[in-house]
Amino acid sequence: MRMQANSEFSGEPVSSGSAPIAIELSDASVTFGRGDRAVPALSKTTLRISEGEFVALVGPSGCGKSTILRLASGLVQPTTGVVIVGGREVAARAMRVGMAFQNPTMLPWMTIERNIMLPLKIVEPFRSKFRKLRKTEFRDKANALLEQVGLKGFGGRFPWQLSGGMLQRANLCRALIHEPRLLLLDEPFGALDQFTREELWSILQGLWMTHKPTVLLVTHDLREAGFLASRICVMSARPGRILDDSHVGFARPRTVAMTFEPDFVALNQKLRAMIVDARSAVQEGTA
Amino acid sequence: MSALDIRQKAWSAALIVLFFVAWELFCLMTGMSDLVLPRPSQVLVTLVERFPVLWPHIIQTLATTMFGFVLGVGLGVVLGAVIGVSKTAYDTAYPLLIGFSSIPKVAVVPIFVLWFGSGTVPAVLTALSICFFPIVVNIATGLATTEPELEDVLKALGASKFDILWNVGLPRTMPFFFASLKVAISYAFVGAVLSETVASNRGIGNVMMTASSNFNVPLVFAGLFVLAGLGVALYVVFSLIEGQVTGWATRKNDVIAT
Repeated sequence: MRMQANSEFSGEPVSSGSAPIAIELSDASVTFGRGDRAVPALSKTTLRISEGEFVALVGPSGCGKSTILRLASGLVQPTTGVVIVGGREVAARAMRVGMAFQNPTMLPWMTIERNIMLPLKIVEPFRSKFRKLRKTEFRDKANALLEQVGLKGFGGRFPWQLSGGMLQRANLCRALIHEPRLLLLDEPFGALDQFTREELWSILQGLWMTHKPTVLLVTHDLREAGFLASRICVMSARPGRILDDSHVGFARPRTVAMTFEPDFVALNQKLRAMIVDARSAVQEGTA
Repeated sequence: MSALDIRQKAWSAALIVLFFVAWELFCLMTGMSDLVLPRPSQVLVTLVERFPVLWPHIIQTLATTMFGFVLGVGLGVVLGAVIGVSKTAYDTAYPLLIGFSSIPKVAVVPIFVLWFGSGTVPAVLTALSICFFPIVVNIATGLATTEPELEDVLKALGASKFDILWNVGLPRTMPFFFASLKVAISYAFVGAVLSETVASNRGIGNVMMTASSNFNVPLVFAGLFVLAGLGVALYVVFSLIEGQVTGWATRKNDVIAT
């Protein structure tokens, strides 16, 4: 398999031109708390993500990666600046967003199937049809997704009957069932072992290639970012800014073997060097 | 049911039988007067003989208790939900609630009688006021301790506060709720009987009061047996419902490893 070198302008078409914009942050800052106890989490960040892109956010811990995610989901409002998601200001929260966290947060009193159908119970246009279709069309939809992530036949189980990796697969299903145009993933595989993680990368890649949502993935794992993303943004230490924004052009579907080839390793090392710099900048600053 | 469960239940039954046998033997050997402590067999005979007379009183007590209990649960759930959804409301209202719950309920019966006369109304109100507190506390605590991650999942979908309460808050609170129901139903009984004893001419509490002033001690004990029986029966009913509704909270041992 031939791989294209990673650089600013190679590989997959640079989408900033033609495709409509899914997320736009303009000079967005977020400060938590007030007065003396104010903690700046994000400073004047501008970021534009086009529809259908798979963007990974990497950076030192506590740099505001998750804050960007929470801005896009509407869970957090910008202190200054503007956040536009799907053409509307986020306060309106009209965009269909799918979300998955590091913790699978399955509701323990529901079967996996019903957990996955939960967004259909909340989000229109499914909401009004939920009572009528939950035993037929919606259940089939949930089971089709379960099959796609390798959990066929587990719909009737309860969350505590499943392993961590299985729960995280179910979590992906729940994030996707309402066909969101935007998928927000906050270290979804952070708590899993290496092998399960690599398996889930392929599953997530498969899901992305079939459903084509815009994805914003926060991760600490640079191999994960390189494997999954079509674009990687590197953030500085707190309060976060975007230091580097580059496209990843490796052909899809990508395989785990590819992550050990020279081009991929070079990308990893470049990202790693930037994050090490960002970290040491903070340590000098505080010393 | 496993062999262990059956053995456990057999031991429980054996203990109950042993208790009554020991009581019977104690009375027979010491020649205890039945004016002080009647034998269980005497109590049982009285209970059977007087059952037609007792029956309307049992119904009265049961109805009063259930009515007070249902009102108490309704009030408790609403109040608990209001307090539980907001941290501020929780912290603000808690001292007042503690204050109310600390008042001995015997002390409020005369007040209810003063307001509403003797009879059914003060009994219902006493049952209500004594049983609603554990429900408020449990509902409020259950809601207040809901994991923020669970709520975030729904918030990100644009769910309303009510959606979150209905789909996450309340189901998560069910184990707390049922635990409090089992306590509350016993409390409601205590409240109803208490009020009947002080100010009513119907109900088991009144029967026991009248019987004791007539030195009909076996009948007093028959009343106690009835109360204990009803208490256990209602407890069992709520335990069964609890098992059906909140089975997820008590995990079985069939975890599947992968």
